[in-house]
Amino acid sequence: MTDTLTTRRRQLISPKVLPYVLSLPALLVCIGILIPFVTAIFYSLQRYRMSQPWNRGMNWGENYVKFLTDSDFWNTLKVSLVYAGSTVVLELLLGLAIALLLKKRSTVNNFVSIMLLLPLMTAPALAALMFKLMTNPNFGILSYFMQVIGFDDFRWGSSPGTALFTVVLVDIWVYTPFMMILLLAGLRSLPTQPFEAAALDGVPQLEQFWRITLPMLMPYILTAALFRLLDSIQQFDIIYAMTQGGPGDTLMVFQVEAYLNFFQSTNVGRSAALLLILWAITYFLSNIFVKNWLRLRERAKGGA
Amino acid sequence: MDHTSFLERWFRRAALSIIIVFFMFPIFWIVLMSFQTNETILRSPPSMSFTPTLDNYMAIIAGRLDSNVASMGIDFVNNLMNSIILSVCSVAVALILGVPAAYAFARHKFKGSEDIAFTLLSFRFAPPLLVLLPLTLYFQEIGLADTYLGLVWVYQLICLPLILWIVRGYFEDISPDIEYAYRIAGHSWFSTFRKIALPLAGPGIAAAGLLAFIFAWNNFIFALVLASADKQPVTVGALAFVTASGIQYGQIAAAIVLSIAPTLALALWAQRYLVEGLSLGAVKG
Repeated sequence: MTDTLTTRRRQLISPKVLPYVLSLPALLVCIGILIPFVTAIFYSLQRYRMSQPWNRGMNWGENYVKFLTDSDFWNTLKVSLVYAGSTVVLELLLGLAIALLLKKRSTVNNFVSIMLLLPLMTAPALAALMFKLMTNPNFGILSYFMQVIGFDDFRWGSSPGTALFTVVLVDIWVYTPFMMILLLAGLRSLPTQPFEAAALDGVPQLEQFWRITLPMLMPYILTAALFRLLDSIQQFDIIYAMTQGGPGDTLMVFQVEAYLNFFQSTNVGRSAALLLILWAITYFLSNIFVKNWLRLRERAKGGA
Repeated sequence: MDHTSFLERWFRRAALSIIIVFFMFPIFWIVLMSFQTNETILRSPPSMSFTPTLDNYMAIIAGRLDSNVASMGIDFVNNLMNSIILSVCSVAVALILGVPAAYAFARHKFKGSEDIAFTLLSFRFAPPLLVLLPLTLYFQEIGLADTYLGLVWVYQLICLPLILWIVRGYFEDISPDIEYAYRIAGHSWFSTFRKIALPLAGPGIAAAGLLAFIFAWNNFIFALVLASADKQPVTVGALAFVTASGIQYGQIAAAIVLSIAPTLALALWAQRYLVEGLSLGAVKG
């Protein structure tokens, strides 16, 4: 970069416009992506099946009204909420327990926490395939274990009674480490004085946990749980790779249902309406999340 | 310093062992399967004693699947190549677009900057299918359907917000005084950015880039919706492979191992950066 060129550049872009110039390309790319979003809203207000192009037309919210009496829709909503709720709660409890175990910095603990990164870095869709191999009724090692402990007919993903358990297990395997990492970072950033004081006063460990650790860790717990909830309610990869929403409609969560609506029954209108309802839920959750997260960031900065 | 009782130490050890077994066993078992023939995989009860064979990997690399019934061609190597092309290009584009924007958001509180930053972040949380399904119809019209360009563009939905938010945090941590001092010495804005800000935020940019690479590699839904067989990455390819190869379980395991190996290796190599990036700057551990 020669001197004349840099001076000319300085004159060309005034400091006022500079930030806009810098962020414009990123914005443009994203605006391109906003167009389909608007289209989706439009589709959701239409009677639109790709198999019946002649029948296409606006029906102004009829897709949404139909949901009220549509048992498939309520099933989708129920399954999505149960899936999201159970994965988040279980991962939170498990992640917190592991983080507490690993709190002290030691060679063993560091080794364990590095190992726990591996499931998190495995593609969820591939993790589901791994578990599919392990739960195969003919040779799957997990099926064999189940036989050994007396469950002769445990069919994992292929039986309606255990399908949810199976996908939740995969979700836990992949995402518990995420909770653990966030909570461990939170635990290690807590000030030490309250704990030292409590130890001097002879406060029992369990009480220390309820009275000091948990309240001080709460902002981290909330952030981590909301973040996972946002992802989990949209889960697609694990469920699609494992059972494609089956058996029957046992695992028809929002995105799987919308995907199958679009590509199999080619009902574009219903698919778009489903996704917009999911979007409304995530938008609501993400607003709470962002507020929480910003507060945590401020605090982390102030403390550092 | 260590007041822990004997009982507590044993409890701790037992708990850690269970954790390691639970989280490592699936990877361990799939790796074992990938070195076995179908005969040893199908033994009952399952056993860990077998003569390891590289046949499964050879079959995948050679692209031919021979069973006693028939022989078929597979192109899993092509899926691997696609994954590499898509992830590398997406991260490169996201860095070129995202780093300057992150700098603008961190340094200049201009009008609407927070709103824009949040809008970009909200892409991270919106259901991907909402955008993907209409996009399939658009892409067919404008000829981007089933092209790397179209896919890399859509991959920005995951890569760009990640880079923007992580790198922004790192830029904010650099004291503006250093930059002012350099500018007062008569340097232009651009050379300040290049010589001061970029190197100082270097570790953060690397962390964000790595994380974006891993997320792009692990993505499933984008390519499932938008790519046909010859452009599919490993995540989608593996699923198709399971259906196509039927009962060649050893080869399925080998394909999975090949697909997860790159991200796992990256994770082990750069674990410290990843942990920082994963918390999105929410906590500085």
